[in-house]
Amino acid sequence: MSPTDRHDADDVDESDFAAVSDTLADDPDRFTDEDRTPERSAISGHARNGRVAADGGSSSVSEFQQMADVSMTDAERRRQWIDEKILAPARIVWSDWRARTGVLVVLSYLFVGTVGLLLVTEPSPNQGGYLIGAFRTLEYPLGTTQSGVSLLSQVVHATPSMLTMVASGAVFTVCLGTVFGTIAGYKGGTADRVLMVVTDVMMTIPGLPLTIVLASALQIEGNPVVIGILVTINAWAGLARAIRSQVLTLRDAEYVEASRIMGMETSVIISGDIVPNLMPYITMNFVQQARAVIFGVVGLYFLGVLPYNSSNWGVMMNAAVNRAGAISSPAAFHWLLVPMVAVIGLALGLTLLAQGADRIFNPRVRARHAETVASDDDEGGI
Amino acid sequence: MSYVLKRIAQSVLTVYVVISASFGLVRLLPGGPLDYLRAQAVQQGGSDLSMSEINARIAAQTNIAVNEPMYVQYYEYMAAMLQGDFGVSTRYGDPVMSIIGPAIPWTVFLTATALFLAFTIGVSLGAFMAYREGSRFDVASTGVGLVLNSTPGYVLALLFVSYLGYRMQLFPTGGRYASELTVGFNASFLGSVLYHGALPIASMALVGFGGWALSMRGNSIRVLGEDYLRVARLRGLSTRRIAMRYVARNAILPMYTGLMIAIGTVFGGAVIIENIFAYPGVGFYLIQGINARDYPLMMGGFIIITIAMVIGITVADLTYGVLDPRAKGGGSRESY
Repeated sequence: MSPTDRHDADDVDESDFAAVSDTLADDPDRFTDEDRTPERSAISGHARNGRVAADGGSSSVSEFQQMADVSMTDAERRRQWIDEKILAPARIVWSDWRARTGVLVVLSYLFVGTVGLLLVTEPSPNQGGYLIGAFRTLEYPLGTTQSGVSLLSQVVHATPSMLTMVASGAVFTVCLGTVFGTIAGYKGGTADRVLMVVTDVMMTIPGLPLTIVLASALQIEGNPVVIGILVTINAWAGLARAIRSQVLTLRDAEYVEASRIMGMETSVIISGDIVPNLMPYITMNFVQQARAVIFGVVGLYFLGVLPYNSSNWGVMMNAAVNRAGAISSPAAFHWLLVPMVAVIGLALGLTLLAQGADRIFNPRVRARHAETVASDDDEGGI
Repeated sequence: MSYVLKRIAQSVLTVYVVISASFGLVRLLPGGPLDYLRAQAVQQGGSDLSMSEINARIAAQTNIAVNEPMYVQYYEYMAAMLQGDFGVSTRYGDPVMSIIGPAIPWTVFLTATALFLAFTIGVSLGAFMAYREGSRFDVASTGVGLVLNSTPGYVLALLFVSYLGYRMQLFPTGGRYASELTVGFNASFLGSVLYHGALPIASMALVGFGGWALSMRGNSIRVLGEDYLRVARLRGLSTRRIAMRYVARNAILPMYTGLMIAIGTVFGGAVIIENIFAYPGVGFYLIQGINARDYPLMMGGFIIITIAMVIGITVADLTYGVLDPRAKGGGSRESY
């Protein structure tokens, strides 16, 4: 089958071109192409169980249960686990400039949102002069608002609530999308049809207008977690559809079939055999969803249609335009520009992270960066 | 044929669900829209309004006859909605349909043009980048695409309206067309429409094409490494034919669902853009309704936007079957 199907073409398992690809199957070069993601990288959660049995096995263990003839101490195994799960991904991220920049940007926002709160004084009126421009004084590096609030303090102290919204919205979307997508794709039949009708209905409703209407009718408080979920209220539907079409290519894979024949429960098969294979896709979507939350939240706060209980970047933009006329008056333009730069910076960091993230989950790239795992690329030479 | 029927049935279901949900939101929430409308009516009419007069007024505004049993209320509400009666705006005093209806073509004009521009520019640029992979052009375009992809449309809109609109006075800062022109099919009117629409369209299209270019680039690079492409080259097909029929088609296909989701996001995103440019489209009136707590305008506006989008997505979805015949089959898998 062709990878063309991997993305969105629904209900499709075969490519017109499958026959053509067979003609080149004897060409060995294409299998050593390290940038190519293997079609069905069999990552199975059950592998863990096998490894535990390796050194605890007594002499009566059958050939099939025996995993390895070398026994490992606990410390060794812990070291290998850290190397595989933490150090190798970290090295991969560091080797790719996009992912490296993305991680640094996101970490710096996290730093500002936690430690930065202690370093920068809280925003309050009459901190300094009115409408001081950016980069004019050392005391107020980003300038002040019309009522003399330091913009630096405002931007920094708005970060935690922004990050909370982003995290809650992204987690909500990814969890719901994954649950709907995997169950619909794996179960098939009636479950699939019912879930997909729900998904399609949700997908067709325009997101931002729905958020606006709900926020206005429900009279909710400005809790960042709730706002984050509200802004992405139906974004999970698109993700569920995409995940479903990926699950369709996995549900009949040999190892899934094996688990099914062994009588494993559906939930175990989905979480152990299917979801690990979708992790790259889910992670990418988590990051992209995070970006969508920022765009939506800031835009709606800018319009002034969402409730809030602490200042954030969108509220700042709204105040700049409505109180100081920042659109038409150059004197107040920095007030508008500062939160906009904060938004773009975080979004750019997340975009770069998403661009580099898929490499982390590429098993070949990963094996090259893990020191404790013998890489199949090693003997290939350069 | 059954595919078409199924798809249309689903669209009807979506509209039904949204209208029912709007009934639930207006009618069932304690302290919600209905209580507010009642308080508003008492405030405006003074104490000489009787309870039945207030109820009659609310019924005219929202199509909900409060004193009837719940199922009658629901039935009458749905019946009125199906006849195109979306209530009466409390702020403007006009039927919601006569406010939102004329605004729909303008929003569709903005969003459809922006989406078309973003998609065509993005796809061509992405394909070109894939052929020049690793060159300076590719690296520069990827950088530009990443930055534009990380910029919300409204940020660009604010920059445009502030610099090109107010400071340089190059573009108008509001309205659909110059107010002194009469509506008609003539050059000066159409020119004015394009002139007024240029900045809103540009701010939506510019932030959109980066994303399309990046995914088209990725897809094309993947397709370029496919075996069937090697075979096509070995067959001695012309480069042009390979580029158009082999690479472009297979690289665009996975982006089609994305295009359908984009119709929704662009249509929704236009709410913010229209308000920045004071462009009287659907989103502009939606926010007007929210700010005035004009619930009939808000709910009616939302329902009309949804119906417009459902139609758009259904049409796009049906054409997918023409592009990719495989989409029509399927659905007959074993269930576990």
